[in-house]
Amino acid sequence: MNHEERHPSPGGVHAPHLSPAYASSVKRAPHERLIPLPHGLHDFGAPVFGAGRLQPGDHDTTVNARVNGEPLGERVVVRGRLLDRQGRPVRGALIETWQANAAGRYVHARDDHDAPLDPNFTGTARMLTDERGEYELISIRPGAYPWRNHHNAWRPAHIHFSVFGTNFTQRLVSQMYFPGDPLLAYDPVYLGIPDPKGRDRLVSRFDLSLTRPGWALGYRFDIVLGGDHATPFEDEDHDD
Amino acid sequence: MTTEPPPLPEDTSNLAGNFGPSPSQTVGPYFHQGLVPGVQGLQAGLGHVMVTPGSPVPGERVTLTGRVLDGDGVTIEDALIEVWQADANGAYPARADADFGGYGRAHTRTPLHRYALHTLKPGSAAPGLAPRLNVWLGMRGLLTHLVTAVYFSDEDNSGDPLLNAVPDHRRHTLIARREDTPDGAVYHLDFRMQGQDETVFFDAY
Repeated sequence: MNHEERHPSPGGVHAPHLSPAYASSVKRAPHERLIPLPHGLHDFGAPVFGAGRLQPGDHDTTVNARVNGEPLGERVVVRGRLLDRQGRPVRGALIETWQANAAGRYVHARDDHDAPLDPNFTGTARMLTDERGEYELISIRPGAYPWRNHHNAWRPAHIHFSVFGTNFTQRLVSQMYFPGDPLLAYDPVYLGIPDPKGRDRLVSRFDLSLTRPGWALGYRFDIVLGGDHATPFEDEDHDD
Repeated sequence: MTTEPPPLPEDTSNLAGNFGPSPSQTVGPYFHQGLVPGVQGLQAGLGHVMVTPGSPVPGERVTLTGRVLDGDGVTIEDALIEVWQADANGAYPARADADFGGYGRAHTRTPLHRYALHTLKPGSAAPGLAPRLNVWLGMRGLLTHLVTAVYFSDEDNSGDPLLNAVPDHRRHTLIARREDTPDGAVYHLDFRMQGQDETVFFDAY
């Protein structure tokens, strides 16, 4: 990379930091261009989490916060693979999720949306990817959610995903959306991603094979980590 | 009475015919719910305690603290700060759940909107590199996270290749100021998102 090069925004698939339709970005986006990392300085690994920190049920929001019954809403199974840019599985990686309940309400203290809380639901989950890079989340489909970005603004139904790769530059927090959601067409967070193909990758697919008959609908959501350490030209004979 | 189910599509992946990196989205205002223990629902934290109390793991115990400021100089109260660092010997830990795992997570929904990371001072990870913390920042208002680094004011940072890739007049935005207190060393650094003394951010995507 030419060290004199300067980037006004992350480029690639990511949204620019300044995205005026998303009002909060205006005072928080850097004005200065990003400085390229000198070659080699990004190669220092990433946190590796053990299964010992996870409890049974951590991956299932329909059971992990029960007080006196089951949470309300449409049950969903979300399954997917965590992959690197070469399509290789990322194994043993931590995924953390959080979301609103079926009514579109977060349990967060700052959420004052006039919709009911669910006493049996916090909407948080954690899981590790397996040997094939697969994870499975069991949850409740979140409701749409109003916010103050502009008049009559509504966030599409979404689940927040936080993931780690094998390099800290792969660290990613993103959101998963549901197919066919009419609110996507109006959402400055989703539309902030310039490339329509990039946006589409954040929309899960309904997958009948993942449904649990009589119990839950199924969605597939695969995630690909970028990070600047990988090049399409590196030796791919080993996938450790 | 059951009927034959319809045939399944060949590939139901959201990446079918569209393989490529997944874009970042904002952590939003409610990330504590999923990422910060003890706020809502999470029982156990990851990265919440960087050094196991009482652990004999070598290294000077230090605190890094400061604020995150927007373009008007207003403190941002919903920022997420993550660090990834080497141990005192300059080695990046193999396991985040070791006595020292190298990974930390802090936020600014605190009194005075200050973040605080209680860690140990890293060593130099390679010849010529000054000790540093690698920092990942997310917040409401950032669709895409930002990457920066923190250096220490009492170290010789003059030969560090990352700092030397930064224009002279901006390097100070990455150097935390040491203060020796009765409770040990405290390093102070504010992250300024834009404008005067804007923090240097790196292109690491």
